Amino acid sequence: MSASNAGVLMRAPSTRNGTQNRNRTRKRGSYGGGHPIVYGIALVVVALTLGPVLYGVLGGFRTNAQIAQDPSGLPSPWVLDNYVGVLTGPSFWQYALNSTIIAVLTTAITVVFGVMAAYPLARYQFKGREGLFMVFVVGLLFPATVAIVPLFILITQNLQLGNTWIGVALPQAAFALPVTVVILRPFLAALPKELEEAAQLDGTSRIGFFWRIVLPLSGPGMVTVGVLAFVGSWNAYLLPLLLLQSEMKTLPLGVADFSSEHASDTAGVFAFTTLAMIPALVFFLAMQRRIVGGLTGAVKG
Amino acid sequence: MTVIARGGRGRVTSAWRKRLEIAFFVTPALALFALFVVWPIVTAVQLSVFRWKGFGPLTDFVGLRNYLTVLGDDVFVDSIVHNLIIVGGSIAVQLPLGLAIALLLNRKIWGQGLLRTIIFVPYVLAEVIAGVVWFQLLQPEYGVIDGLLGAVGLQTPEQGWLGDPDLALWTVLAVLTWKYLGLAVILFLAGLQGVPEELYEAAQLDGASWWQVQRKITFPLLGPTMRTWAFLSMIGALQLFDMVWILTGGGPANSTTTMATYLINQGTRSQNFGIAGAASVILFVIALIMAVLYQQLILSRDTRPDVVTVKKKKKVIR
Repeated sequence: MSASNAGVLMRAPSTRNGTQNRNRTRKRGSYGGGHPIVYGIALVVVALTLGPVLYGVLGGFRTNAQIAQDPSGLPSPWVLDNYVGVLTGPSFWQYALNSTIIAVLTTAITVVFGVMAAYPLARYQFKGREGLFMVFVVGLLFPATVAIVPLFILITQNLQLGNTWIGVALPQAAFALPVTVVILRPFLAALPKELEEAAQLDGTSRIGFFWRIVLPLSGPGMVTVGVLAFVGSWNAYLLPLLLLQSEMKTLPLGVADFSSEHASDTAGVFAFTTLAMIPALVFFLAMQRRIVGGLTGAVKG
Repeated sequence: MTVIARGGRGRVTSAWRKRLEIAFFVTPALALFALFVVWPIVTAVQLSVFRWKGFGPLTDFVGLRNYLTVLGDDVFVDSIVHNLIIVGGSIAVQLPLGLAIALLLNRKIWGQGLLRTIIFVPYVLAEVIAGVVWFQLLQPEYGVIDGLLGAVGLQTPEQGWLGDPDLALWTVLAVLTWKYLGLAVILFLAGLQGVPEELYEAAQLDGASWWQVQRKITFPLLGPTMRTWAFLSMIGALQLFDMVWILTGGGPANSTTTMATYLINQGTRSQNFGIAGAASVILFVIALIMAVLYQQLILSRDTRPDVVTVKKKKKVIR
């Protein structure tokens, strides 16, 4: 009961902010709006941004002979063979499955461990709290690239986790933890103190408070960091490149392989690349607000 | 007396309970972090002072010789230069372009939401996927870029944009700009939302021109966002790997190597783990020095003006 009420309370200000922002942008139109030149520039930006992507999509519907004859032409006739070939081949689906499982594992580990670590950092008073937080802040500065060679040795030799899903997910989650903790801590700290006091009066322990009140209320924050972790894992190349072989490869590795093995089959490369783009594009555009929110949150915090 | 003693014991157990709780919550994250982040970095430092080919114990201690080898290697020194060119080039090109597009998209125009989504598309694609598409577009014989430029009557490089040692790095920079401009635009747009509307209204009443408003209000208030974006961009450019690996593999004639491609080549291809360790320590030290300098020289400015903007923001919300 109290949790759901609080949820409404928490959500209310954010929607109010949303409308406020929208009103503001609407008002800002007073400084000149849709001048033809503005539309012209916008059109150029759109063309340059989407051009390469659309060219790839259309290229998949052409034959190599068509592309060689007239690189900038449209498909004529439209050919489905390239797409059908990729979709009926086994490797695309295997790569997509590997990418999905690794991204889900990475996201789950990052969010669970991240919210657990952020909770005491946000709501407990103890000696060394800021020092502990600094560990994660400094962690932001360590790119996985710096540690990539020892990481490779650790996972393949010491842990014997080379060429496994979890062997990629664990280090990816570890490197995603700093940004997760940095985003979640202020989020958890912003939960009203009254909630905690009320829970204490009801005899709820701090762990009970975490389960029953903090977790349900921090849903939006967890979605944000979860999406960031998912994006990072889905697009990752270097770590999977070193750790995964043959059947275990992810989509980015598959795309890179396909493009170097079938270098002369331009149309096939375009079809494979386009299909590899689709799940990412659909998911990311659906989650766009979360990604942007998380990034701007990280920049401001 | 007994009351006090009981109270004391209660306090002690509750203090222990609290410590246990903290440990329970923090340990999983810390353990993961220690094993997969801290330990490998420490190992990289350790490897950097040995000659090691990937098997057997670390016995061949060579002191700082790996560092001298790496720093004496023209390929690595060039890599540092390439990384710095990418850092400087990314910021110099994306900052004005990103600002211009953000100001454009912040106007009331038709299809504003759609435009914002479209500008974000390249950013969400994997660097590898974007790289593979651009690799095809940039092919010298059947690539569409050369086709279009040729149709307009412009001369294109014979070995292709990525095959010419003088052009390859700039071509990589252009593709990176395409890929990451959307991030700058989205962040700047978010920053623009934080500029209080009252300031614009007041400036308008005072008869300020559009350019004056941008120069005196928008740019200064967007300062913290721009500086933080530049920081993120810098850190990213120093670690650049995926795009280069796909587009050129560091070639032609090592004209596009980065510190990351160098250490991967040394580490996993040539099994020179000591050399790779030294290269990664140097990469980290360069990143750290640049981060600290940036923090000291540029970001530290934000502490004072930031307080002002925060106060203003609060007023607006009230």
